[in-house]
Amino acid sequence: MGYTITQKILMAHCGKKALKPGDFIDARIDLCLGNDITAPLAIREFERIGAKKVFNKNKIALIPDHFTPNKDMKSANQCKVLSQFASKHNIKHYYEVGRMGIEHVLLPELGLVLPGDVVIGADSHTCTYGALGAFSTGMGSTDLAAAFITGRCWFKVPESIKFVYKGKLNKWVGGKDLILHTIGDIGVDGALYSAMEFTGDTIRKLSMDDRFAMCNMAIEAGGKSGIVEPDAITEKYVKSRWASAAGKVNKRAHKLYRSDSDAKYKKIREYDVKKIEPQVSTPYLPSNAVAVSKLKKVSIDQSVIGSCTNGRISDLRVAAKILKNKKVKSSVRTIVIPATQQIYLDALKEGLVEIFIDSGAVVSTPTCGPCLGGHMGILGAGEVAVATTNRNFKGRMGDLTSKVYLSNPAVAAASAIKGRIAHPEEV
Amino acid sequence: MKANGKAFKFGKNINTDEIIPAKYLNTTDAKELASHCMEGIIGNDFAKKVKGGDIIVAGRNFGCGSSREHAPYSIKSAGVSCVIAESFARIFYRNSINIGLPILESKTAARGIKEGDKIEVDFTKGEIRNVTKGKVYRSQSFPAFMEKIIKAGGLLKMIQDSYL
Repeated sequence: MGYTITQKILMAHCGKKALKPGDFIDARIDLCLGNDITAPLAIREFERIGAKKVFNKNKIALIPDHFTPNKDMKSANQCKVLSQFASKHNIKHYYEVGRMGIEHVLLPELGLVLPGDVVIGADSHTCTYGALGAFSTGMGSTDLAAAFITGRCWFKVPESIKFVYKGKLNKWVGGKDLILHTIGDIGVDGALYSAMEFTGDTIRKLSMDDRFAMCNMAIEAGGKSGIVEPDAITEKYVKSRWASAAGKVNKRAHKLYRSDSDAKYKKIREYDVKKIEPQVSTPYLPSNAVAVSKLKKVSIDQSVIGSCTNGRISDLRVAAKILKNKKVKSSVRTIVIPATQQIYLDALKEGLVEIFIDSGAVVSTPTCGPCLGGHMGILGAGEVAVATTNRNFKGRMGDLTSKVYLSNPAVAAASAIKGRIAHPEEV
Repeated sequence: MKANGKAFKFGKNINTDEIIPAKYLNTTDAKELASHCMEGIIGNDFAKKVKGGDIIVAGRNFGCGSSREHAPYSIKSAGVSCVIAESFARIFYRNSINIGLPILESKTAARGIKEGDKIEVDFTKGEIRNVTKGKVYRSQSFPAFMEKIIKAGGLLKMIQDSYL
């Protein structure tokens, strides 16, 4: 019996010659990650048990991105814990505000995650890096503290579910719509404990940004990880990272893994993407996915375009295409958040920032901010937002009576213009 | 190891934003996190009502959403002695084992227990006793590897001997 890409990567990192789903393994990790919410707890535990040294100062990333630029004094003190730890242990990949970006966009951009890697992060959306053909998964602060010390992590080898996408995507449909549709199909625990492997001819043509958006939301189906087999698009992306000024220092060897043709899957789901139109997930679960045209008039107070799901340059380009020479409705707060400084700069050079500002939107510094109800766009009582973020739980973006509808950037931009959730073709 | 207390009942897909809303994540203080436990559920005054030893009973996929360890930590800090659910979201499950918050998977218990029932748990036997209703439910046993972490008193205690 053959192995899935996930099993092969894990096998290579735990030194075993064979493994099967359900096995507990102790694996070497290539990178571990913490942010301003999760790292302070990890650092406290690290120090509490008397650890003095990190396993490798070059394989730890500390990114203060959730409540930054510091929203209040408590957040400032949390961030101080990170910066002090980074300085004490000479952590190479600590990125202060000014170089900081949303972690799951920043690390791939810097070439810090490569195909074949095992990456853990104390953030549930760490599964994003599966887009590169890496095994990556989110966990908590104690696991991160342990990884700081050992450079290793325990895993239960997951079963894999194969998701096959076939056909040509409709206009305005992207990776976000595919994943919302998929979560709608299997439910918020439909992939519990499993690796979600995305494949099919649609995926083979999909851009890296779209692949990141898909793998990013594997956790919203309960998945342990999301993964796409690396191909020419992946390799081109990796090479482009090494060509960048910030990424060239991170060049290192890596390995491309692919699933065997006789690998065993727990389930296989197939989708004809021609039938998928832009999706919107209604409150209060990401699995409440419906075609945007099926929604009755939903008035909105806010539109958020950004996050680790959809704050990449191609997302901003799509939004700008719709907002160009148009105005957002005067009652709608439209907040655009480039996920990294590089994306912000690219958006500026390409004239996207000007388009956003002309349209009446505001452009923010990189931050997770409103996605988790942190800052920079909190909703008041009864308010409604459409957002390109990843969760629409009760109170996620603010008041417990507020509502979040999840969508792709085109829908979020069109909705900002209309003042209600709208199909991009309507504007 | 045993636990006993009153049951607080919750539904399915209880997410970590409901357990501890993100606005409280700018602290790691146990008392403060405990005082906001379950505050993301409208009309819930769990944090005020819960007494040391009490038990949370919930449906499927308890603890889904973010990786915030503040969620099991706030539950543990509120004095909850055990969480029983039909199933747990992966990261919450892992975090609970790692920090020593006892959790048990049992469909029959999760469905049979009602709000306010008096519950006794025998972890060694994997037995959940509903004293109010006079019923006994079985829980799933832990894989041996996890037993090892639990017995050591958490993940960091387990690695302490080999690495520090």
